[in-house]
Amino acid sequence: MGAGEKIRLIRRSLVDKAALGFMVISTVLTICVLGLILGYVIIQGSGYINWSFLTSLPTPVGEGGGGIANALVGSLIVVGIASLMAVPIGVGAAVFANEYRSRWLGWFVRFLADVFTGVPAIVVGLFAYAMVVQPMGSFSAFSGSVAYAFLMIPILVISAQEALRLVPNSIREASLALGVPVWKTILRIVLPTCSRALMTGLLLAFARALGEASPMLFTAFGNSFWNVDLTKPIATVPLVIYRYAVAPYDDWHAQAWAASLILVFIVLIASSLTRLAFRSRLDD
Amino acid sequence: MNGRQDNMIERPAETVAEAALDPLPWKILEPLPRSPSAKAAQASQGTIGDKLFYSVTKCFALFIILLAVLLVFYLFHGSWQAIQRFGWHFLIGTTWDPVAEIFGTLPTIVGTLVKSFLAILIAVPISFASAIFLALYAPRWLRNPLSFLIELLAAIPSVVFGLWGLFVLVPVVRIWQIWLKSHFGWFPLFNGPAVYGVGVLAAGLILAIMITPIITAISRDLLRAVPRSQMEAMLALGATRWEAVWKAVLPYARVGLVGAVVLGLGRAVGETMAVTLVGGNAFKLVTSLFDPVHSMASQIASEFTEATYNLYVSSLIYVGLVLFGITIVLGLLSQLLIWRLSRGQVGILE
Amino acid sequence: MIEAATKRLEAPIVDSKRPILEVNSLNAYYGKTHAVKDVSLEIQAQAITAMIGPSGCGKSTLLRCINRMHEVTRGASATGQILLDGRDLYAAGVNVTQVRRRVGMVFQKPNPFPTMSIYENVAAGLRLNGLHDRKALDQRVERSLRMAALWDEVKDRLRRPGAGLSGGQQQRLCIARALAIDPEVLLLDEPCSALDPVSTSRIEELIIELSKNYTIVIVTHNLQQASRVSDYTAFMYLGELIEFSKTEKMFRNPDKKQTEDYITGRFG
Repeated sequence: MGAGEKIRLIRRSLVDKAALGFMVISTVLTICVLGLILGYVIIQGSGYINWSFLTSLPTPVGEGGGGIANALVGSLIVVGIASLMAVPIGVGAAVFANEYRSRWLGWFVRFLADVFTGVPAIVVGLFAYAMVVQPMGSFSAFSGSVAYAFLMIPILVISAQEALRLVPNSIREASLALGVPVWKTILRIVLPTCSRALMTGLLLAFARALGEASPMLFTAFGNSFWNVDLTKPIATVPLVIYRYAVAPYDDWHAQAWAASLILVFIVLIASSLTRLAFRSRLDD
Repeated sequence: MNGRQDNMIERPAETVAEAALDPLPWKILEPLPRSPSAKAAQASQGTIGDKLFYSVTKCFALFIILLAVLLVFYLFHGSWQAIQRFGWHFLIGTTWDPVAEIFGTLPTIVGTLVKSFLAILIAVPISFASAIFLALYAPRWLRNPLSFLIELLAAIPSVVFGLWGLFVLVPVVRIWQIWLKSHFGWFPLFNGPAVYGVGVLAAGLILAIMITPIITAISRDLLRAVPRSQMEAMLALGATRWEAVWKAVLPYARVGLVGAVVLGLGRAVGETMAVTLVGGNAFKLVTSLFDPVHSMASQIASEFTEATYNLYVSSLIYVGLVLFGITIVLGLLSQLLIWRLSRGQVGILE
Repeated sequence: MIEAATKRLEAPIVDSKRPILEVNSLNAYYGKTHAVKDVSLEIQAQAITAMIGPSGCGKSTLLRCINRMHEVTRGASATGQILLDGRDLYAAGVNVTQVRRRVGMVFQKPNPFPTMSIYENVAAGLRLNGLHDRKALDQRVERSLRMAALWDEVKDRLRRPGAGLSGGQQQRLCIARALAIDPEVLLLDEPCSALDPVSTSRIEELIIELSKNYTIVIVTHNLQQASRVSDYTAFMYLGELIEFSKTEKMFRNPDKKQTEDYITGRFG
């Protein structure tokens, strides 16, 4: 072996090691960023979280105290109503796309769902504004629900379709062979068989909507007071975080961190559960 | 009935008295029609329930299409006044003057694209490196927890990224800016205001953090879909592991990987809250990395509630329509590229 | 029981001939693939008919046509006539669910409903077809499990998930599930192909026992199995019915050269 050859070999193995090194560093870096963000949210947020923060209304600046009770309830109301609208549509469309194998409609529905996931949340907010707020003449909790429903539908369609795919065909055949009609087979056999995956899909959609602030800017709008009226503006947690973050008061910043901690906690639980439910598919 | 029922009674019944069983309801109610016509029977003769259920789910499926139509219609409807007033000039106009009622959005389009490309520039090498590591190097016990953590990052709400960016990242970026400007100020990109912290650089960084998990997850799935034999063939030729990845695996998956990048770009372009919080939000054309400038989403987010007259609101929705157009093109392109390789096997859900 | 068994031995089935199923010029397709080509045959009541042939010969397709499960597959279609007790299953206006309640089916791989208990699995067909009376359900579940020779093994754990049983037990559970809705004909699509030899022989015993009360059609790739359990055998090849006769004759003295070749293992 000549000296040149030897140097080439050494160089190649160095490149190999450098590449691996870069990969490891990149992976570690990404996870460090996650740790940094979570760490900050936990450290900054946990100091402010207590029972009164969760159960009291916002107070004027300088008065101290104050909480996000109205925003927590508001978020649950707006996302809850959105779920009521989105779940039948999302799951129904997924059932159609997956169970009936319509030649193009099923494919097209899945295609649109994939496209919808790429539509920016703020554009969805504008859509809800133009469709609901403008004709109704005022910001409202309901318009916020419409925007959230739009964000949830594609997630529900895709996750429900993945869930339905987990159900082996032999289960459908077993039911049909017992003389059970198709609709009963789907409702009583197929959907219950994948109910866990369906629930986690719902959870994922719920969490996604719960954390989304931008469509609320011009739909639910926000409200410093208590409101459960769907036709009136309502406070939501992510929007409160935004408003408090841009305000010049330290007390509000602390509240923004605390609200973030609650939001992150819910969202992370949801996506952990999703991950567990679909693990068989991801691990292959 | 046939003779079977009699046979059953003859059998020594064990504990259940079979004779006591009532006949099943459907045996009494619906005898088969006695019509021995030999016709082709392709479509199943469903019950009313079947037809109803089919129609209902089909309506939901059609509703998804209606939703797409409504989305496009209302975006045009909302921005119609501005479209009529400014037309295409809106896209190249550089004046945004609510007092004079003149609106043009070129600087925000440029601002959006610059921030997004900066994010891609930072995110792509890191994402690809992580994806290669997770797909081809990491052992299973390490791969799954690491993938899980990276996907958790994608689940954090945008506004929390924004909050973190504003209070943690921006002060750090400000220190970098001052250092960079004092040492490399002659370089045009670093010759901007180094006092704010917020601006193109901070926005690009936060966007990079946000799209890294997305690009990583998709690239990892694409790389794992590459047949193992591609890599093994190269290894068998005496290539190092990296050479096998570089020369066999990456070329095989390159179309899909480009799709993953385009998808990440689309997400960056449409990202709102984080960019609104750290982007600086000034209406001007970008000249340096330190400039605080609007992107389309942040302009809509920060000005919408101040828009006091119809043309102003309409112009902001027009910005939204342009943003929608750009993200749709990027979205379709990425779908096309990713699908072409994997035939829809890669989920973009996580 | 003994009486019935001896009756079988004394009186050859040919004499008590009563076709319950008549297949007349049946053609079945998967898209453009012609899977079953102009098949006609008669299936005797309370007898076991086996269908044999190399894989892809259309035997499973023919079986699936008999309870109209064939059309469940995407792009599948069929023409022709199948008469059950003289009534055409493929006639216009026939309710498929009706057909499937009267012609039960057991599949190649055991497929109990994964989210249901043993009891619920057997009761599923009854419940989903509208029987809700608790007592009637209990009775029929017990009877079906007894007929499937599974009762003694599971009577103490009826509330446990059906998926927790062994493969052979699962297959017998599937047979019990099919029997619960009291079909007239039971179709078995290679029911033992996923099972070990011990489970296989239990299922074979069960099939013979069931044939006293039910008409049974079994698809099998196992020639010994066909000769052990069946009264009649149909040999199919490339979608065509080559030969159909009493099992004894088919295995001792087949009419066609192709049949002989297949049975003696010269091809397929």
